[in-house]
Amino acid sequence: MSNAVSTAPRAAARRSESRDAGQRKAALAWLTLPALFFFVVFAVIPLAGVLILSFTSWDGIGAIGAAGMDNWFSVFADPVLYNALGLTFLIMIVSWLVQTPISLLLGVFTAGSQRYRAALAVLYFLPLLLSSAAVAIAFKALLDPNFGLATGLGLPFLAQDWLGVPHLALGLVIFVIAWQFVPFHTLIYQGGVRQIPKSLYEAAQIDGAGTVKQFFHITLPQLKYTIITSSTLMVVGSLTYFDLIFVLTGGGPGNSTRILALDMYLRGFRANLMGPASVIAVILVIIGLALALFLQRLGGKDKQGSQLEGL
Amino acid sequence: MSTVLKSSTEEAAAGSPTNASRPKRGLGQRLSRLNIPGGLGGWIWLAIIILPIYYVVITSLKTQAGYFGQNPLAVPTSPTLENYQLVLEKDFATYFMNSAIVTLGSVIPTVLISFMASFAIVRGSGRFLKLVNGMFLMGLAIPLQATIIPIYLMIIRLNLYDSLLALMLPSIAFAIPLTVLILSNFIRDVPNELFESMRLDGCSEWQTMWRLALPLTRPAIVTVAIYNGLHVWNGFLLPLVLTQSPGLRVLPLGLWTFQGEFSVNIPAVLASVMLSTLPILVLYVIGRRQLLAGLTAGFSK
Repeated sequence: MSNAVSTAPRAAARRSESRDAGQRKAALAWLTLPALFFFVVFAVIPLAGVLILSFTSWDGIGAIGAAGMDNWFSVFADPVLYNALGLTFLIMIVSWLVQTPISLLLGVFTAGSQRYRAALAVLYFLPLLLSSAAVAIAFKALLDPNFGLATGLGLPFLAQDWLGVPHLALGLVIFVIAWQFVPFHTLIYQGGVRQIPKSLYEAAQIDGAGTVKQFFHITLPQLKYTIITSSTLMVVGSLTYFDLIFVLTGGGPGNSTRILALDMYLRGFRANLMGPASVIAVILVIIGLALALFLQRLGGKDKQGSQLEGL
Repeated sequence: MSTVLKSSTEEAAAGSPTNASRPKRGLGQRLSRLNIPGGLGGWIWLAIIILPIYYVVITSLKTQAGYFGQNPLAVPTSPTLENYQLVLEKDFATYFMNSAIVTLGSVIPTVLISFMASFAIVRGSGRFLKLVNGMFLMGLAIPLQATIIPIYLMIIRLNLYDSLLALMLPSIAFAIPLTVLILSNFIRDVPNELFESMRLDGCSEWQTMWRLALPLTRPAIVTVAIYNGLHVWNGFLLPLVLTQSPGLRVLPLGLWTFQGEFSVNIPAVLASVMLSTLPILVLYVIGRRQLLAGLTAGFSK
């Protein structure tokens, strides 16, 4: 009864509102203008700019000249591109394969309630605070064969020339990436696990399902969108592991860790070939968009909107 | 039946103080509940995380002689702060200030304008707003680092090359998509009733935004401020490409150049790593709960 009384004026207000509601709601658009300005000027225009620059020649200082398709031909004729493409995908896939199970399990583990897990989690998340430059420098010192971890732990097999041998350097890059980024994804999974309704586990327990069964039949399916969110961030992010690799290996030895983003930087800002570097940038954008769309598809087409919201 | 129900309610109460009654159950039951592989994996991962950090901390406190003479993982016999002193004499304060200016100068505008945009996207309607929202969502999928060359060109043309402002402007743009996404998710959760009652009280949308939406969105604001702050504070590529003067170096860049200069003095290099992380570490210790709760909520909604 009191309910009906209180909603009466609301209903009236709603009616009068509906007349100019559309107008009023559209008028809110101006509030987006400052954000829009920054995004258009420093993200959208550069995005168009990079495509245009890929058809020009520029050394980074002097005049910009037209180059037609030259940059594209030269980049695609260059084996360094295919090496960088291969490495980018290799690091992306292996990183995903390494990081996802670890972060998922750690996320489930730390979402539990025991106090010791909370204490562990305090330390787990420390790498989130370190800059990639700091992480890379720390690991370089740590890998010193004489004064680093190998001697400290008395494990001679760790005393290798990690940064001097191509496949070791590549493995090291993948390991350090995991060291730095697993904590962030653990956090995402921890949040995801905490949102799973407890009642599902209660029901499973009544049906006699054990921990493992519960994990595969409740936790994993319920985390579907968390997995997609985390994977999207991980995969798109892996295109930009620039800082870490730049400081850790500089792309070497040889070109063994020269991923696309690094290739772009080295061509553009070291070799002063902005045109070819822009070609690499365009390739990066295309890969990023394609991967994101692919991952959203995995989440189901109808769910696309809500999935992006769930990011 | 009743026992089953009882155990299920106990399970539901996990995390609450009633947990204390658990140990009364059988030891075997407790052991089966302990999740041994999980615990083991957890401890192994802890070692992987902690060992490098431990190494950095203790090495930064060693003298050169201690570094060369001692077991690398041993606690320094005569800990010294002279490495820190050396680093502090090397313009660390300048780098720190530059980082602080760039971080605050990016995060505050980002949060402010993203909040306004998020409010409009959630509360408003129309084709324009849909378009804007769609564009920001696309921004999430694009590795914005790929736009660094045109940004470099623009910053030169704007006569902003080698200035701190040059670092802030792109940082703001790069942070907008995710910030808008997280903030609009939170604003969407504000019950419509509250907006309506503000309307009935005669508040304009502008007033509603600041007086209702802003306070209610505070946890999300904290989240995005921290997340963006960490990103900008630790950013490397933009400073590398857009600045040149030693006086304008931010911490990660200062760290990198310092490493080049002092590559033979590893304890000093690691002291600079520590010093660059210390401010964030202090903030982490103070605001850990807030930070982790905020990040968790922000990314798993």
